[in-house]
Amino acid sequence: MHRSEKIWLTLSFGMIMAFMIFAGYQAFALEMGPPSHGERIDPQKVDQTAPFDQPGIKQIGENEYEVVMTLQVFSFTPSDIEVPAGSTVHFTLTSKDVVHGFQVAGTNINAMVMPGYVQKITQKFDKAGEYLVLCNEYCGAGHQLMGTTITVK
Amino acid sequence: METVISQTGNASVFKEKANKILGVNLQDAKISKSYLSVAFIALLIGGTLGLLQGLNRAGLLELPSWLNYYQVLTAHGLLLVVVFSATFTIGYFYAGMSHTLGGLLPKVRTMVWIGFWLKIIGVVLVVIPVLMNKASVMYTFYPPMAADPMFYFGLVFVVLGVWMACFGGFIQVANWRKNHKGQHLPIFSFFATGVFVLLVGATAFVAVEVIFMIIPWSLGWVDTINVMVARTLFWAFGHTAVNIWYLTAVSAWYVIVPKVIGGKRWSDLLTRIVVIALVIMNITGGFHHQIVDPGISESVKYMHVFMSLAIGFPSLMTAYAMFAVFEKTARKQGGKGLIGWYKKMPWSDVRFLAPFIAMLAFIPAGAGGIAQTTNQLDQVVHNSMWIVGHFHLTLGMSVAMTFFGISYWLVPYLSKRVLTKGMNQFGVVTTVIWTIGMITMSGAMHTVGLFGSPRRTSYTTYFDNATALSWDPYLIFLAIGGTLLMIAAIMQVYAVFNLMFFAPKGETEFPIAEVEDGEAKTPYWTERWGVWIILMIIVVAMAYVIPLTDFIVNAPPGSPPFKTW
Repeated sequence: MHRSEKIWLTLSFGMIMAFMIFAGYQAFALEMGPPSHGERIDPQKVDQTAPFDQPGIKQIGENEYEVVMTLQVFSFTPSDIEVPAGSTVHFTLTSKDVVHGFQVAGTNINAMVMPGYVQKITQKFDKAGEYLVLCNEYCGAGHQLMGTTITVK
Repeated sequence: METVISQTGNASVFKEKANKILGVNLQDAKISKSYLSVAFIALLIGGTLGLLQGLNRAGLLELPSWLNYYQVLTAHGLLLVVVFSATFTIGYFYAGMSHTLGGLLPKVRTMVWIGFWLKIIGVVLVVIPVLMNKASVMYTFYPPMAADPMFYFGLVFVVLGVWMACFGGFIQVANWRKNHKGQHLPIFSFFATGVFVLLVGATAFVAVEVIFMIIPWSLGWVDTINVMVARTLFWAFGHTAVNIWYLTAVSAWYVIVPKVIGGKRWSDLLTRIVVIALVIMNITGGFHHQIVDPGISESVKYMHVFMSLAIGFPSLMTAYAMFAVFEKTARKQGGKGLIGWYKKMPWSDVRFLAPFIAMLAFIPAGAGGIAQTTNQLDQVVHNSMWIVGHFHLTLGMSVAMTFFGISYWLVPYLSKRVLTKGMNQFGVVTTVIWTIGMITMSGAMHTVGLFGSPRRTSYTTYFDNATALSWDPYLIFLAIGGTLLMIAAIMQVYAVFNLMFFAPKGETEFPIAEVEDGEAKTPYWTERWGVWIILMIIVVAMAYVIPLTDFIVNAPPGSPPFKTW
């Protein structure tokens, strides 16, 4: 093996290991892991199951809110959410029918929402403005209309 | 190693020599020509559908209700990711197996023909419900969206067709090995074996998903389905499939391109190690499609970062190998200077230019892939247009352009015709148009994806939302790039059929490069396919037993079928 190839492959291996270490450090030390909530739910009884029997937004602390949300073709319940700037919002999500995606443009919120599973994701909204919420997994004929907003005041 | 010089003088060796002298076996050529014809017809139809999507996404074209965006997208994905790629791959490898293994066995020929017709039946069964808007479920058909059962039966036929071709390949290879004890399988057929092993491995997952889960459920025999098991089985197939098309392109980079430029191929041992590594590690890579899924613990996801990233290593080996071969060849031909040698490359030869640009495209494409497999970075781009940009670089450039480049010698070889200077020029122009189109489109897709524009979504402003409106200037480039790609696709398909039926008669070589003179003999352990398959199964088990068991043992109540379109 040529010396330059050894250098190249060592660098390649090093780069892959660096990605591994950074991904691990961010996931486990900084708690920036991807949304991975494990709770199960009966997808045909979402409306009768707490907390989704009462979807909505509620304040759970100073500058801290919980949004319990169901996703269904082709809407989010609740929609048009408003929170003050600087609040941390914990989203608790599930699907009432097919697979949906929960994405908020301009943030790192991006999670799959599967029927039968409860998904959780948290985001701090520092900057005021209107954020576009959209479904990013094809869910049917009206998929392109499945959007709403989060207004940060 | 390709020219088998055996002293035994048995019939198969005679046939191999006859093959070299007389050119292609006509019966075998017919098989490959049929597969390639289907591939390029699929490219033309799939490409046209792609243009419709690009125009719609740019806000320039409203699709009629009888052919809506999601029908078009489902057909586009299936025709290009499944039909074009699979039929090209099989046609190409069968041509090479016939060439390097002394002609196909009669029973193998029968098998691959049965496979051909099974696939055709399958594709028809898939396309009918899509056209009737009864199966707008995309290439991924995630339950609990349920298409017409005919769609799933069609998929089963496609998979059975692929299996016939794969097992035909295994029989051919086993027969050659029996008659050539102690010899290395010719490198081209070594790649073919790897590809067929992976194809069987990958499609086994989707077969289980479709046959045992989706079909009984879509027929109403069972009420509900386990959506996470189905989704996980799908991705064990879905990502491996595209990596198989990539491995097919890689085979041409290692084996064909060096000969086209008048050089020798890269170290035989390292080439075989790359194939083995890609076979063992590939299937588990599919898991990175589930990085933001619920129900999978962070530790399992982290283990999969490693499993996915590991596949990058053989590709980085390939990157070095390719440029080393280029430089060596160019210097031998009088190329000088640190980088001045590049002037000696045959830039005006489409058989080199197309696969070369394909390789270049894999540099950003591979880098994007490494980003996407890393948990936090994936979360930024998951299901955004970035992903669409990514796989148009990998599949639309690295794979498709290599396939195009192959067609300029493979088709004339099969049809006993020649590539004229004019047709070569035509190919160069096609390559340039395709490159500009793909860079334009894919660049815009990557960019707008970072801003949050979602994939698989017809044109929308989300009720005149300012953020969504700000994406429009980028989406215009999807229409521009798509138009250029359509022009290039028509030119490419024209070239293929011209070379198949109208080009001047003559003999064209099947260009397989020789190893470097005086290269050390490759050790025989590379031929232990049984060991590689067992290792592959062990890696797959490490990756999938834990999450799948968890999904099955701790399953939530299942989901009934939905038709939401």
